[in-house]
Amino acid sequence: MKHVKKIALMTTLLASSLVITACNEAPPAKAGIPPKLYTDSLFAVMNADRANYTKLIIQRLGPNGAGAIKPDEHWKEIENGALLPAQMFRAGSEAVAEVTDEFTYSLQSLWPINKQNAPKTPLEEEGLQYTVDNPGENFYGEEKLGDVTYFTAVYPDVAVSPACTTCHNDHKDSPRTDFDIGDVMGGVVIRVPL
Amino acid sequence: MKKFIWATWMLVTLAIAGYYGYILLKADNKQALLIGETSHGHFQIELACSSCHTEAFAGPELMQEACVGCHGAELAEANDTHPKKKFTDPRNADRLSVVDARYCVSCHTEHRKEITAPMGLTLPEDYCFHCHTDVGDDRESHRDLAFDSCASAGCHNYHDNRALFEDFLVHNHSGPWLKEMARLTNPNGAAILASKRVPEQQPTFPEQKAAHPDIHKAWSGSNHADAGVDCGGCHSDASSNEWLEKPGIAQCQTCHIHEAESYKSGKHGMRLAQSLPAIRPADSKLPFKETALSLQQGCNSCHSAHRTDTLFAASEACLSCHNDEHSRGFDSSPHGQLLTRAIAGVIPVEQAVSCATCHMPRAENIVDGKTVVQVNHNQNHNLRPNEKMIRPVCMQCHNLGFSIDALADPALIRNNFNGKPATHIPSIDWSLKRVAD
Repeated sequence: MKHVKKIALMTTLLASSLVITACNEAPPAKAGIPPKLYTDSLFAVMNADRANYTKLIIQRLGPNGAGAIKPDEHWKEIENGALLPAQMFRAGSEAVAEVTDEFTYSLQSLWPINKQNAPKTPLEEEGLQYTVDNPGENFYGEEKLGDVTYFTAVYPDVAVSPACTTCHNDHKDSPRTDFDIGDVMGGVVIRVPL
Repeated sequence: MKKFIWATWMLVTLAIAGYYGYILLKADNKQALLIGETSHGHFQIELACSSCHTEAFAGPELMQEACVGCHGAELAEANDTHPKKKFTDPRNADRLSVVDARYCVSCHTEHRKEITAPMGLTLPEDYCFHCHTDVGDDRESHRDLAFDSCASAGCHNYHDNRALFEDFLVHNHSGPWLKEMARLTNPNGAAILASKRVPEQQPTFPEQKAAHPDIHKAWSGSNHADAGVDCGGCHSDASSNEWLEKPGIAQCQTCHIHEAESYKSGKHGMRLAQSLPAIRPADSKLPFKETALSLQQGCNSCHSAHRTDTLFAASEACLSCHNDEHSRGFDSSPHGQLLTRAIAGVIPVEQAVSCATCHMPRAENIVDGKTVVQVNHNQNHNLRPNEKMIRPVCMQCHNLGFSIDALADPALIRNNFNGKPATHIPSIDWSLKRVAD
């Protein structure tokens, strides 16, 4: 009788442990989008939107065009004020942050006007420096912040118009005053939690 | 013996559990559950637990929603310098470990009166430094400043820097301390919107009119009579057409929407917003006149029911209750003297400064497509930090430097601006120096 009980107990334990572990196994992972393609795609959209905003709105309607809007750092304070392209970019990232945390992005620089936009993590600094030293190339890496590992991509932000360089060169808070057209002025940092 | 002890323990436990369980679940007055004294900002609604604690075991997100529900609009209007969205990027994760700046309650914890500083702040005074460690390197002028001097008058504010940001200081550094033509715009919101708001059909009460000839006479000379608001316009419920002896804020609100809403956002009406009975001077710790202690707040506290006298509402009404040093000093102050002369007809009303000029400022709003000037009845809207008053109020008549200096002088504020500012705040000078360099 004792043996039967023992055997029954052991069998039950074995069976239940098998069932529990088997049923809790994660389903096989589906093939996903590689992080590099993901961030490249996001950057393509961000860049296109900002370029369009600069060309079609700021250049067309601003002081160099129709003169109907006044792009200014303190756009809220002046009548018909408009966001600068960099501010529009940041507004986009803030709006995204309100909707999802599946990815984050920001505009940073080694020579920022606002010190808060300087690189904060070692990988950001490495990435920004890489894009300065290797023109035309993007930087990809992984870093751990808090408890989460992120795939971090840094895309160079190049001065494409005199509006970019003159404003930064003349700004009293700019640490660098010798930007030229074609220089890498900063970078777009996109982060995806892995 | 043991049985007796067990029985006693059981009874006492049940009694205590029953008492608190009853209060938690059934009682209307949950006073016994307050874990600590509430702050000056919220003490009026401390018994409306669900105004902040919307759900049991809710967690920080829901609590945050409660904060934003009342304070969000004002912060957005103030162009909040440290909004939540600044901190959600994972690159700021290490800063959040010091202070979780995504949530209001991280810095403004309630029920901790013993550690509550002005403006409800419950953090040690070096809270700025933990993120802004390199201020001394970036700004020569700030190198030797004390760690707790960041949020001083005229310098910086965590949320609202509309009158303090560098470019604003530089842009407005000049001008005489008192403008030549210092005038305010008169409110015209009610008049302009009346045609849309006043109901065409109002119940009539001829027997009431006949029974109160004095009141009818007073009303005939009022703005309500001009706008076509008859007895029935106020003295009747919207649903039934029966006579309502004492109209409440709900009746005023049918037309004076902005005024009633802003009133309920401020200290005078915040209890009404939570469906609590209106505040009385006796319930507050501020000094009030003896005669006013048990008067309940309402539209009628300042506005006569049947006569239009906004000058009275703008200052004498206030002074009939408030009895602190600042209020007592008003009549003899330069501002108060202007009002006395305006009431006497010596100077135009637009040049007068009343309590309401500073504490219930006029603002231009766009309502139903029309631009109107309305009085913001939230007397707390620009009270703390007082730099909030600079742009909508002080700078209508004074220049920026003078306004900053005056608002930074507590003694001057206490005696209601009877004299010149004692110290000079160097904010503008430092900003100009940076431009020059």
